[in-house]
Amino acid sequence: MPATLPDPAGPRVGLFVTCLVDAMRPGIGFAALQLLEEAGCRVEVPQGQTCCGQPALNSGDDRDAADLARQTIAAFEHCDHVVLPSGSCAGTMVHAYPELLAHDPAWAPRARALAAKTHEITSFLVDVMGYRPQGRRLDATATYHDSCAGLRELGIAAQPRALLAEVEGLQMRPLEGNDVCCGFGGTFCVKYPRISDAITTEKAQAIERTAADILLAGDLGCLMNMAGKLHRRGAATRCFHTIEVLAGRADGPAIGEEG
Amino acid sequence: MDAPQLAFKERAAAALADGALKIAIERTTGNAERKRAAAVAAFPEFEAARARGKAIKDHVIAHLDHYLEMFERNATAAGAQVHWAADDAEARAIVTRICLDAKARIVTRSKSMLGEEIGLPHALADAGIERVETDLAEHIIQLAGERPSHIVWPAMHRTREQVAQLFMSGHDPAPAADDPATMVQSARRILRAKFLGADVGISGANFLVADTGATCTVTNEGNAELTTTPPRIHIVTAGIEKLVPSTAHAFALLRLLVRSATGGEMTQYTTFHHGPKRAGDADGPEEKHIVLVDNGRTRMLGDEFRAMLRCIRCGACMNHCVVYRQIGGHAYGGTYPGPMGAVLTPVLDGLAQSRDLAHACTMNGRCAEVCPVGIPLPTLLRAWRRRSWRERLEPGSVRAGLGLWAMVARRPRLYRLASRIGVRALRLMGRRGWVRSLPLAKGWTAYRDMPRPSGRTFMEQYRAEQAGRRTPE
Repeated sequence: MPATLPDPAGPRVGLFVTCLVDAMRPGIGFAALQLLEEAGCRVEVPQGQTCCGQPALNSGDDRDAADLARQTIAAFEHCDHVVLPSGSCAGTMVHAYPELLAHDPAWAPRARALAAKTHEITSFLVDVMGYRPQGRRLDATATYHDSCAGLRELGIAAQPRALLAEVEGLQMRPLEGNDVCCGFGGTFCVKYPRISDAITTEKAQAIERTAADILLAGDLGCLMNMAGKLHRRGAATRCFHTIEVLAGRADGPAIGEEG
Repeated sequence: MDAPQLAFKERAAAALADGALKIAIERTTGNAERKRAAAVAAFPEFEAARARGKAIKDHVIAHLDHYLEMFERNATAAGAQVHWAADDAEARAIVTRICLDAKARIVTRSKSMLGEEIGLPHALADAGIERVETDLAEHIIQLAGERPSHIVWPAMHRTREQVAQLFMSGHDPAPAADDPATMVQSARRILRAKFLGADVGISGANFLVADTGATCTVTNEGNAELTTTPPRIHIVTAGIEKLVPSTAHAFALLRLLVRSATGGEMTQYTTFHHGPKRAGDADGPEEKHIVLVDNGRTRMLGDEFRAMLRCIRCGACMNHCVVYRQIGGHAYGGTYPGPMGAVLTPVLDGLAQSRDLAHACTMNGRCAEVCPVGIPLPTLLRAWRRRSWRERLEPGSVRAGLGLWAMVARRPRLYRLASRIGVRALRLMGRRGWVRSLPLAKGWTAYRDMPRPSGRTFMEQYRAEQAGRRTPE
C-alpha cells in the first residue's frame, strides 16, 4: 500500500474506531486511517473513546447511554469531523445523541454540534472529501448488503457503490433483498436467537444465490452475523468490510480467515 | 419476566417450526410488498400525499375534543345514537345491551380489529347470541376457532390448502371442489342466508367523518354493506382516533391506506354510512348506533406514544417486518401484531405482559420507511424499552451485565485493559479462524460461528505503530 503523508492543511478528522472493530477486526480501523489520509485528512484517534453507547440505548438504559454520549462528545468535539466505519454507530451519534441530551442545557448544543459533523466513512469520503480510490485492483465478484442503520438513518447507498466502482476487476452482483435486515439487530440476535437465525438464514441463502466470491457491507456487526452464518452453512463466501476492499486489503484474510 | 417472556419465545418457536405457516406468510406479505411498491412507484405524489395524511391525523389528534363533539352532533342529527366507551369492558357492555334489547338471535359482523380489541366475539357468545363473521377471511378464522393474525388479512396464516380442508369439514353441504372459486361460492351461499336473517349488523369504521357524522367502511368483498344494510339495527364500533374533519380528508387518507395495504388504488367497496333509514329510503337499518371507544387512546395523547394515534391500520409495517415475516401474527399474543402491534399491545394489555414485543425487533427501520403516515415505529419501540428498563421489568442478569459493561465503558483506560483481556480470551476459545461455541453467548453460537479475533485490539496496535511512526501530538 502506498504510504501517504497527511496533508498539513487537510481537515482534522477524529476516527471513532467502534468497539467491534477495536476488538474483532482492527484491520478495518487501519483501512479507515489509510483512506482518510489518502483523502487528505489529518487523522487522529482520540483516546477517550470506547463505545458509542448503543448497547445501553437499545436496552432502554438511557442514563448510561447519555453518559457514553457525553464521554464521546468530549473526546471528539475538537475535531473538524468525526468519522466512523459504521453506519449504525454514526447514526447513533447523529440522531440519538441530540435526543438523549435534549434536556441537558449544558450538553444539548454540544450534542447537536457533534451530530452535525459526524459521518459514516464512505459518505464522508464521497460527499465531503470527493475522494475516489486510485490504482486498486481486485479480480473477484462481490455482492453488497445495505446495512439498515446506514441506509435508513443516514441515506448511505450510492456512496459505497460509487467507491467500489473504482476498483478495477471487481464485478458487483446484485443481492436480492439487499436492503432487508440481516437479522443481527445488536442484542436482538442473542436475546431472540431463533428468530434471528431464521432471518439470517434467508439472508445467507440470498448471498449464496449470487455465487459471488465476496460479501461486502459497511457494518461489522452485520458482517460478523452474516459471515458466521455463511461459515456455519459451509459456504465459501469471503466477507469484508467495504473499506477493506477500498484500501486494497482484500488480499489479506477475510473475516474468519487466519493469515 | 418469566411467564410472559417464555410464552412469547415459545409461541415464536412454534411458529418458526411450522413450515406451512412460513409458506402462507411469504405468499401474502411477499405479494403485498410487491404490489405496494408498484402502487407507490405509479403514484408520483406519494411523498406529498404522505405528508398531507400525517398532517391531517396530527391536526385531528391535536383537536380531538373538538372533532369528537362535532362528530357526535352531526351523527345525532343524522339520526344515529352515539355511545361513549371508556374501555373495552364498557364497549362490550354497550354492544351486548343493544343486541339483547333488540332480542337479537343472529348478529352479522364485518371485519373490525377494534371489535377484536374489545373482545366482542367472546362477549356475544357469552350473551348467547349467534355471531356470523361475514368477511371471507374472518369466516375462515371463525371456522378454525382462531384469532386474526394480520390486520388486513386475518387468515393469512392459513394456506389455501388448509382453508379447503376447513371448508370441506365446516360447510354443510361441503363445497363440490377445492378450487378457490368453488370454495368462495360455498362461503357465499352459507353467508347469504345469514345476511338476510340477521337482527343486528356490527361493523367497524375506517373513518368517522366529523362534519357529516358518517361512518366509512372499506372492503373488497361488499360484506360490510350486506352487514350494515339489511338488519334492523346497525352498530358501529370505532376507536376515537378514526376521526377525520371531512369526507375530503377521508379520501386523502384512503389514497394512502389502499395503496399501502393492498397496492390497489381504491377498494372495491367504499361506503359512507349516514344515519339510519330515512322516510322514503328503499333500505337501511331502523336504528344506527355508534360506539366510540377510548380504551387507552386518550392516555396516549399525553405520552410519547401519541404518534401511534395516526395509524390507519394498513398493515404495511408488518408486511415489511423481518420478524413478523418469520413468526406471523399469533406469536405476538395481542390483538394487533407486527411493529404497530408491538407498540399498541403494551398500551392495551400492559407492558409487563408484553415487554418482549419491543425487544423482539432489529430496529432496522423498514416499518417506518413504509408507514403511510410517518409513524416512527422504532422510536416508539425504543420508548417501550426505556419504560421497561425504568420499571425494572428487564431480567436481573441483563441489568447486571449491562451495568458492569457501562461501568467499564465509562472508563477508557479500564475499557482498553478489559478489551485486551477479552479478545485474548475469545481467541483462546477458537480454532482456525472461528469460535464454534461460546458459553456466555450461546444465542450466537447455537446458529452461527463467531469470527476469532486476531488477539490484539486496534488501540494496542495503533499505539504501538504511533510510537514508532510519529511523535505523539
